[in-house]
Amino acid sequence: MATDRIPLVDYLVLGDEPWLEANECRNCGARFFDRRNSCAACFGTDFERVRIASEGEVRAFTIVTMAAPGIPVPFASAIVDCAGTTVRGNLVNVEPDPQRLHTGMKVRLTTYSMGTDSQGTEAIGYGFEPISAEDHD
Amino acid sequence: MAEGAWILGIHMTKFGKHPTKDVTDLAAEATMGALADAGVTMADMGVLAYGNLRGPSSGQQLQKQVGQTGIPVFNVSNACATGATALKTVIMAIKAGETDYGLAVGVEKLAGAGLLAGANRAEDSDTWTPNGRFGQIAALDGRIGTETMPGVFAQIGTEYGHRYGKADFDLFARISEKNHAHSTLNPLASYQKRFTLDEIKNDVMIAYPNTRPMCSANCDGAAAAVVVSDAALKKLSLEQQRRAVKISASVLTSDPWEEACQVLPNVNTLTRNAAQQAYERAGIGPNDLDLVELHDCFATAELVHYDNLMLCEEGGAVDFFRSGATWRDGATPVNVSGGLESKGHPIAATGIANVWEVSTQLRGEAGDRQIPDAKVGLTHVIGLGSSCGVHVLEKSAA
Repeated sequence: MATDRIPLVDYLVLGDEPWLEANECRNCGARFFDRRNSCAACFGTDFERVRIASEGEVRAFTIVTMAAPGIPVPFASAIVDCAGTTVRGNLVNVEPDPQRLHTGMKVRLTTYSMGTDSQGTEAIGYGFEPISAEDHD
Repeated sequence: MAEGAWILGIHMTKFGKHPTKDVTDLAAEATMGALADAGVTMADMGVLAYGNLRGPSSGQQLQKQVGQTGIPVFNVSNACATGATALKTVIMAIKAGETDYGLAVGVEKLAGAGLLAGANRAEDSDTWTPNGRFGQIAALDGRIGTETMPGVFAQIGTEYGHRYGKADFDLFARISEKNHAHSTLNPLASYQKRFTLDEIKNDVMIAYPNTRPMCSANCDGAAAAVVVSDAALKKLSLEQQRRAVKISASVLTSDPWEEACQVLPNVNTLTRNAAQQAYERAGIGPNDLDLVELHDCFATAELVHYDNLMLCEEGGAVDFFRSGATWRDGATPVNVSGGLESKGHPIAATGIANVWEVSTQLRGEAGDRQIPDAKVGLTHVIGLGSSCGVHVLEKSAA
């Protein structure tokens, strides 16, 4: 039996090379990461799961230094354009420092272990890391 | 053409800490002030719209303190656009011919509230169980980006910089410097302290590039407005007609779907849509505005709304600000009240408090911070989710 692993969110697909998936409206092509009742753009109800590009460009970011209790800070939050589909995620494997981060930065999807629960299941989260060696830590 | 509507009376409490007053006390103070300013009583009101997000209160509880007359009450909720929504509700009732007079109230007790939104990690369970619309097994704030307001609006600011360039830390700090400087002339502001640029930049960083003085100030406060129809106003005294402020446009919008809008809130499109509709309805363009009170919940937000409200050319917000246009002696003064960063942001009160500021200016009653000869003004609020309220106001010709 393979190790029991569970993704942080159901749109993260685990495997040798993990990827993100969206619900794409078959009528208009709008993409959504959550469970859908219908399409917010065209009201259609027919969706298919599509794989999102794992490389993208940072379109916006912030470095959060003040957060709710229990959330480790600082961390870098980013909005990433993955070949036309916008994704939210933390920037990882790079110092959360305004000198190191910039919009337009090329990044790729990566996963990490969030730890194991009382049943022995390992949770896997995702983030985006810089592609270029000079952006990388 | 439907009947027009006017602000007949309006009042804003001092914004700040009111430890001895409860929510209803503040709402009552604003209500009684607005009625006195209008020269009418609760007996004249045909509708009440009431906004308060954090409670505990309702329009009915307010009535129990200021006058129970049996009129319909709408308890409204639209995040930070709640006050504007209450006002819009009353204006719609008047334009629909349901009544000639209505009262809109917004109130919040928020002093010491800290960060808004964002989940507490302590809520995580000890077994990973998928939950909710994302099948998530744990709280996402801090794991998949940020959910707190300073961070969300920081990204909105850095995104603008990505699209158009030149929006750096220094620029956002300078926007905050302007609003804090303006606040020194507003005795009702929570904070009336002028900060140097260095003080702003070196203060506590909340979410880069927003330091603490670049964030809206949590505080207590209330504002209320009495709205009257054209027909009823004509029967009132010349003094009431002279001080009445014309509501030339009252617009409320929500997000039209666009790619990315469910990932990072898009505060741009719905604001642009609201502004477009407001200018068309009022027959007024951005160049006609003598002052603007816009939703600077963070310094990063103020920048993008210069563009969204079409105060500048598309993509030109940085140059527009750097030209000095939005300082109180500039071509389009913005947030002469001090804005949310220093006047404060008691959430549900904000969308009426900004109408109070513009009305007071148009009446020529703004004292030391009066913008000379102000005739036309615009107010704007955004509630994330999203909801946008824009009002265009004009000085009475009477």
